[in-house]
Amino acid sequence: MKKLFHPWCAAFFVAASLLPLTPSTTLAADKLPVVASFSILGDLVQVVGGDRVAVTTLVGADQDAHVFQPKPTDAKNLLQSKLLVTNGLGFEPWAQKLAKSAGYKGAVVVAAQGIASRTSPPEKPNAKPEADPHAWQNPNHVAVYVRNIAQALTQLEPASASLFKTNSEAYIAELQILDTWAKAQFAAVPVQQRKVITSHDAFGYFAAHYQVTFLAPQGLSTEGEPSAKQVAQLIRQIKAEKIKAVFVENMSNPKLLAQLAKDAGVTPGAALYADALSAADKPGASYLKMMRHNVSALSAGMQQN
Amino acid sequence: MSAAGWQITATAYELCIAPFAEFAFMRRAWVAALALSLSAAPLGVLLTLRRMSLLGDALSHAILPGVAVGFMVFGLSLTAMAVGGVVAGMLVAAFAGLVSRSTALKEDASLAAVYLIALALGVVLISRHGTQLDLLHILFGSALSVDTQGLAMVASVASISLLALAAGYRGFVAESFDPVFLSAVSQRKRGPFGGKAWMWQQGFLMLVVLNLVAGFQTLGTLMAVGLMMLPAVSARLWHGALPAQLVNASAQAMLASTLGLLLSYHLDTASGPTIIGCAGALYGLSLLFAPGGWLPRAVRPAHRVA
Repeated sequence: MKKLFHPWCAAFFVAASLLPLTPSTTLAADKLPVVASFSILGDLVQVVGGDRVAVTTLVGADQDAHVFQPKPTDAKNLLQSKLLVTNGLGFEPWAQKLAKSAGYKGAVVVAAQGIASRTSPPEKPNAKPEADPHAWQNPNHVAVYVRNIAQALTQLEPASASLFKTNSEAYIAELQILDTWAKAQFAAVPVQQRKVITSHDAFGYFAAHYQVTFLAPQGLSTEGEPSAKQVAQLIRQIKAEKIKAVFVENMSNPKLLAQLAKDAGVTPGAALYADALSAADKPGASYLKMMRHNVSALSAGMQQN
Repeated sequence: MSAAGWQITATAYELCIAPFAEFAFMRRAWVAALALSLSAAPLGVLLTLRRMSLLGDALSHAILPGVAVGFMVFGLSLTAMAVGGVVAGMLVAAFAGLVSRSTALKEDASLAAVYLIALALGVVLISRHGTQLDLLHILFGSALSVDTQGLAMVASVASISLLALAAGYRGFVAESFDPVFLSAVSQRKRGPFGGKAWMWQQGFLMLVVLNLVAGFQTLGTLMAVGLMMLPAVSARLWHGALPAQLVNASAQAMLASTLGLLLSYHLDTASGPTIIGCAGALYGLSLLFAPGGWLPRAVRPAHRVA
């Protein structure tokens, strides 16, 4: 029974049980109802809050936060909650609107508060610089997320302050272990060999932190279409630099990148998880698992370069 | 050949042949666009005859419920979503055709009604299922992401359409020009128009749906609808006779596909929009210079009232 209340088990349990039937914030009246904007934040809130919080996630596992459209149940869940946790940095522009239109009066915490944001994507010369919201791709930033969440929870329920502190410190220790492990994985690959082709535009922080170069032509990563010239240049580059690490995205049409890899004579590797956790039975069910999956897949791919 | 001649040949090779010789994705995009030009552009001419030029856009939304059902049953499988889309498109077109034939509503009005219902149904299905994925965005392809499967699909659909158009040419044309006449003739069950008039209408709509859905998946909405309609509209400015219009539409679509792909390669612009932009430029030229366009009309004295 003790094992059941280990923060990790609880996180999976609650996340898994909440997803199919969303309006269940009231299942235990004495728990602190919290709404998280997307699955990774939901995971973190559950870890910090332990059994003191009941977390509802607006954009669930394997869902795309960029095209989220709130439903009436989402507004209802938000109204019943005491705390709304958002990422910030422009990741979920709909969250403020939802809070406003639902008449939400509770507390709001921006998890990425205090992180020096990168502008994305830097390789576009004419684009207006925008903050890159995917700060969680660097585990050190997630430590900041966890502290912010712990602080917000403590303000709402000072009686549980020590629990939140213990949970968040234990988790930050795990994040440091993750970071050390990831650095060790990448250390096996020389820096000039750390090149990856992917359609993701979510790995800016990851790339900067672990000195990995992510190559993607403009338009592969956005709504727009690429030009024939960009695709041609990318194929030439893959061939010239003998890049073998090609990764397709799990939430979009993989055809373009798959075809590109085929033309360049490369086999695409496993799907990477970027903006959302995976379903409980897939390798990205929690933040730590997701990061370990991505790091393993990337370093294995780059070792073939 | 002289040195200058060699120079010109080499430059022409570099500009027009080398991109296709070096890159398989360019060849696939080109062949898929040519196949679609062959079959979709003539269908587009018949659509303009029926005043149904906007069918393509409507259909790109109307397939949503089928795509949603495919996704709900089989998950994120492109094949299941595509099959669902074809079925939904066919049902929408068939029902719209049936309504137009059995009531006072025109074909475009009944299609507008049915496609809106289908779109609403699709959105409800998706949100009910609780997914936040843009399914159509995932399903629809782009000019540069044509794979072998997509190529085979577009080529098969083009072959089927051309054969069907050739076999049933008189029926399809008569039904597009004058459905009442065809109804009257086919009542007698003799002569060249064996079969009922409604079968021609349904058969034609099915061909259009097949071409569009294959085009959506392989090349994207803009390419599928653009290659079907823009050359068809321009072609009507050039000729009075229908056979010439059909050939002209196909030729313009092929020219636009080839030019557009090469321009996109050399000028670094998005491929699908560049191809449709070329078709648009051909439309502009047709507007100016075609016998039915502005300049010949302005030059010619207004000796008759249209």
